[in-house]
Amino acid sequence: MLAFTVAGSFWLEIALKVRVLRRIRRAMTAIAPVAFCFLIWDAYAIANKHWFFDKEQIIGVFGPLNIPLEEYLFFIIIPLAAIMTIEAVRAVKKDWIIGDEK
Amino acid sequence: MTYTQISILAVLIAVTLDLFVIKTVLLKRAAFWTSYAIILPFQFLTNWWLTSRKIVMYDPEVITGIRFFSAPAEDVLFGFALILSVLSLWINLGKRASANRA
Repeated sequence: MLAFTVAGSFWLEIALKVRVLRRIRRAMTAIAPVAFCFLIWDAYAIANKHWFFDKEQIIGVFGPLNIPLEEYLFFIIIPLAAIMTIEAVRAVKKDWIIGDEK
Repeated sequence: MTYTQISILAVLIAVTLDLFVIKTVLLKRAAFWTSYAIILPFQFLTNWWLTSRKIVMYDPEVITGIRFFSAPAEDVLFGFALILSVLSLWINLGKRASANRA
């Protein structure tokens, strides 16, 4: 699923020159606080069994707070894909104002 | 708190950040909604995969039971809050970078 997201969005980096990976520090600065909050939520949900994972279908590596490795990757890859998407929209619709234009 | 309650709270926080705290007002930008319209079908696709194959399962006690393409409706709120907050921070960092250059 994560590989699918990477395949589905990271081609934008080349095809539309969205240059998100080249601005990885800005991307990580935007993602880190959000990912942190969502991981706390994830930890709470896992601890209270709001959601749970099929042990047969995950790698089986767990990070801090009993959160599977895939979840950590999810909170980096999904935001990256979202940023690439909005930058791709910007690349196609050059006259649309997003708010951070020079 | 249930998944339903936390996901509504997350959307309210993300909306508040975008409109009143960070003031990126992405909710009023065509580029944001276009991006979201691109992302949402992919979210449905990946969520459908994760839930229909029972890779991720949910406690029926903490969700409304309303589902779209096999995934709980709460996942849509979860995804919206994640995407809006990350993009708001991303654009805000770009705004600051533009201001520094000026």
